[in-house]
Amino acid sequence: MDADQGTAAPADADPAPKRRVHGMLKLYYGLNEEGKALGQAESLDPCDINGPHFDPELYLNKLRKECSLGELVDQEACMVKQIRSLDSDMQTLVYENYNKFISATDTIRKMKNDFKKMEDEMDCLSTNMAAITEFSARISGTLQDQHAQITKLSGVHTLLRKLQFLFELPARLNKCLELQAYGQAVSAHRRARCVLQQYSHMPSFRGIQDDCRAIMDQLAQQLRQKFRDGGSSAKDLSECVELLLQLDEPAEELCDKFLSHAQARLEADLQGLEAELSKTDILEFIDRGCNEFVSNLCLVIASYQELFINRLGKLHTFVNSLAARYFSLVERRIQEEKGVGDNSLLVRALDRFHRRLQAVSKLLPGSAVPSQGTEIVVQAARERIRQYLSALQTFYLDSLTDVRQALAAPRLTVGGAADLLSSLSTSILNQIKSVLASVHLFTAKDITFSNKPYFKGEFCSQGVRESLVVSFIKFVCQSSRQFCESAGDRGGSTPPALLLLLSRLCLDYETSTISYILTLTDEQFLVQHHTPVTAVTVLCAEAREAAQKLLNHYVKVQGLIISQMLRKSVETRDWVNTIEPRNVRAVMKRVVEDTTSIDVQVGLLYEEGVRKAHSSDSSKRTFSVYSSSRQQVRYAPSYTPSAPMDTNLLSNIHRLFSERIDIFSPVEFNKVSVLTGIIKISLKTFLECVRLRTFGRYGLQQIQVDCHYLQMYLWRFVSDENLVHFLLDEIVGSSAHRCLDPSPMEQSVIEVICERG
Amino acid sequence: MEDDAPVIYGLEFQARALTAQTAETDAIRFLVGTQSLKFENQIHIIDFDDENNIINKNVLLHHAGEIWDISASPADKGVLTTCYNKSECPRVLASISLSDNFYIFDFISSESRVLTCASVWRMPPEWESGSHESPDDSSNSPQTLELLCHLDNMAHGNVACVLWEPMGNGKRLISLADNHAVLWDLQESSTKATVRYSSATLEGKGQLKFTSGKWSPHHNCTQLATANDTVIRGWDLRSMSQIYCIENAHGQLVRDLDFNPNKQYYLASCGDDCKVKFWDVRNVNEPVKSLEEHSHWVWSVRYNHSHDQLLLTASSDSRVILSNMVSISSEPFGHLVDDDDLSDAEEGHQEEKSKEPLQDSIIATYEEHEDSVYAVEWSSADPWLFSSLSYDGRLVINRVPRALKYRILL
Repeated sequence: MDADQGTAAPADADPAPKRRVHGMLKLYYGLNEEGKALGQAESLDPCDINGPHFDPELYLNKLRKECSLGELVDQEACMVKQIRSLDSDMQTLVYENYNKFISATDTIRKMKNDFKKMEDEMDCLSTNMAAITEFSARISGTLQDQHAQITKLSGVHTLLRKLQFLFELPARLNKCLELQAYGQAVSAHRRARCVLQQYSHMPSFRGIQDDCRAIMDQLAQQLRQKFRDGGSSAKDLSECVELLLQLDEPAEELCDKFLSHAQARLEADLQGLEAELSKTDILEFIDRGCNEFVSNLCLVIASYQELFINRLGKLHTFVNSLAARYFSLVERRIQEEKGVGDNSLLVRALDRFHRRLQAVSKLLPGSAVPSQGTEIVVQAARERIRQYLSALQTFYLDSLTDVRQALAAPRLTVGGAADLLSSLSTSILNQIKSVLASVHLFTAKDITFSNKPYFKGEFCSQGVRESLVVSFIKFVCQSSRQFCESAGDRGGSTPPALLLLLSRLCLDYETSTISYILTLTDEQFLVQHHTPVTAVTVLCAEAREAAQKLLNHYVKVQGLIISQMLRKSVETRDWVNTIEPRNVRAVMKRVVEDTTSIDVQVGLLYEEGVRKAHSSDSSKRTFSVYSSSRQQVRYAPSYTPSAPMDTNLLSNIHRLFSERIDIFSPVEFNKVSVLTGIIKISLKTFLECVRLRTFGRYGLQQIQVDCHYLQMYLWRFVSDENLVHFLLDEIVGSSAHRCLDPSPMEQSVIEVICERG
Repeated sequence: MEDDAPVIYGLEFQARALTAQTAETDAIRFLVGTQSLKFENQIHIIDFDDENNIINKNVLLHHAGEIWDISASPADKGVLTTCYNKSECPRVLASISLSDNFYIFDFISSESRVLTCASVWRMPPEWESGSHESPDDSSNSPQTLELLCHLDNMAHGNVACVLWEPMGNGKRLISLADNHAVLWDLQESSTKATVRYSSATLEGKGQLKFTSGKWSPHHNCTQLATANDTVIRGWDLRSMSQIYCIENAHGQLVRDLDFNPNKQYYLASCGDDCKVKFWDVRNVNEPVKSLEEHSHWVWSVRYNHSHDQLLLTASSDSRVILSNMVSISSEPFGHLVDDDDLSDAEEGHQEEKSKEPLQDSIIATYEEHEDSVYAVEWSSADPWLFSSLSYDGRLVINRVPRALKYRILL
């Protein structure tokens, strides 16, 4: 039916295949439910000509019902055509079957002939085999006797060879001795020893035994000699010891001797190292130490453990004493490592050192050596941190010196101080960063000791964070404070600009740098704070305090410089006999100039700050009030001797209502506050100096002129101009009191003089 | 019990000079000298009645000129010295105010000079009786000081201060004039003073001037300490030679110094750097201690005569500070005090301060003054009482807080 279907498929006219093709198309276009129904219909439909349930009657009826005549004719033609092709196919198949049957019959006939021939040959073979078996049995019967004889003879031969070995033994041993093949000799002797022992009651064997013993004694002697010479390598030595042990030498003694020899050689290594101590760089030194001393030590340990199993105590003391000497050398070398330039060399050297000691720990578990080695590494790391701290400190001081020189340079460019500050702080920051990077090498992943508990915990928190970073910040604050204290009294040794700069630096530290540095450190080192560490706020407070102190000191120093000028100018002049004022005194101009330059200087580093509101033309307006009040109220009583108390009245009332002025008081971190502080100090000095002098009429007038001049220029610098007015009032008032002939100058004249310059 | 309020007394004139009447050991008495260029200067004798908290004053006229320094004789209650400015100018100027240009020219050409002199005076014997009879109108008929003698300073220049021999018989004086320290002997009647030895002279670059000095009460009164600029020097009066020198004792001018009355090598100094420093003259490189409590120049420093841990300082920041310097006093460990006994007597802020174990501290800051305080003195009669004088003429009498007083005494 399969073949039938295969031929039927190409027939386009046949309706069933057509339907099937149609169904496949439907299937292709995804019309599933119809396709399913089609698939079922294919098997059950009695009208399917190819289906198993085909019913010709039904099919015919159906055709007749459904199709037109033309179609029926076509259908008929098509069917006839199909039937014809099916018939021819069947004929071909039948013919082929027939042919195959014929050839099979031929083959069977041929095989029949062949089998008959083979049967004959098999018979012939079985007779031959029977003859062979018979012969073989006969031969083995004849050879039986001879075989037993041969076995016996070979037994004798072996015995004879053994005997020959025994007899030849002395000669052989001698020869070995000559050739220094001690190993062979010892093994030969060992093989013979028990036999000789067993048959020693026979005189001939005893002779041999004696000979052997003598030779072996000689050999042992030679071995000992060789052992004693010590020139040979560790391998030779251990071989030697092994042989001696086999010769039943006392193990204790050998062990001691072995160790003492090893010690001699290792000490030679150590001496070599010691000679190298300051010649090579540390990596090379450690390399050499590792390659010579440590590897030899390992060799000794290994061979010792092979040779003497039960005497580990001795080995421990031996290793410890030598390692101690080695460590002391290494420590000395590490101590010489003072330059802080390249840390990687040291870290690599330490790493190598540490790594090689691990070998010892593997060979000799329970030895204290590796932990001592770790201790040395830890010490070195600590020392390194100390060195970095001092390097940082030196760097800081050096950069301060640079800044100082830059400040002392004749002309600072505009913004010079700010530039200096930023370059100072960035260079310090960079230095800290580079130091942190160097120190960070100690905790790198590929370094063997970085996973030791010290390097994971304490090194990061106590070492790097506390001893290095925190200490450095504290040092900065500390040294800044020292500028205020030691150099403070004379004020000359530290340039004021440096004080100002440092104050700003400390303030910057307080606001940002400290927390930045600490965060950086914590991040880099993943510090886990097992132990309490210094908090950021504490450091910030310290920095702020230092900044405040520096700024206060700056104010004090600058105030003193101006004060000194004012004081000198008041003290050295004869105020009684001075001439009528024509000009503002030069020193006042100088004061204003200096104040202006201080203003510029501070302005570069600090913000402006808040000042109380003042009118646009403050100098003029307030001055007129203050001078007129003086003229009318203050001076008037001077001419009426009846009421001396009134003289002070106004100023006392003024004082009653004004706040007390603290002259040397802390200032805020802004320009106005700083300038106010400086001007306060200067004017108070002026006041106190004026009070110590006696003035003539023109002396007073000169003071009036000077004060007016100061009034004109100083108000703009201070936070509260009333302060300047008050102090200048006091000065003029006091000089009026100290005046022999208080006749003040006309306000207009004063103004003219001041405006003229 | 609350501490007594300070007693305030106002002078009409500005004043700088204040001293306790050293020879008076019964009454609490201070002498104040005024500074006025235009009016007759006065010496106010301030008697303080401790029980009634009342001040009695007597005024003596000091015709010679404005007083810069005053000191009382340690032996004779009636005798005192003043340093004063002498100048003829006021008279000349008075004529100028009436004259024309010609006279002004005349004035300018005339050499007018202000010179500070020193003199020894005796108070008139009747001042005491007179004042008691009519305390109200004592100013109506002020009596005048009687001049005993001038300490003739023509050869030596302006006198900065005059020092009496401490605890002496009132016959020996030292005057510090410009760069000379001159030792004087007073005659029996105190009417004539003679220069005893060749004077000590300060030599060096520039114009050196003594600013103040103190006669040491120790070593049989043979030592003197002086201050000039930033330097403190010690002198041996027998040879008039320098025995020690504290260079740069203060950052700026040294204003005053005082000897510890009980520890012979210790002295305190104060100056324009706002600091008070304590020195052991055997080691002049470093101060034993340094205080920085004032906010402006410190003008005066005084040890309490009996309890040398108590120290007064006066400053031009208008404050007087009383400090308790236990650690460097002659009674360094103080006395054991039962706190419970004191707790009732303590009040307010005093409580906290006196409850602390004895250690260096500020006991009190007195802010009664409104102008610069140039002088402060302990009373010679009552060791717990002191007065301070500010430039505006205000004299304030204060006491050591009671709690502390009992603490020291008990």
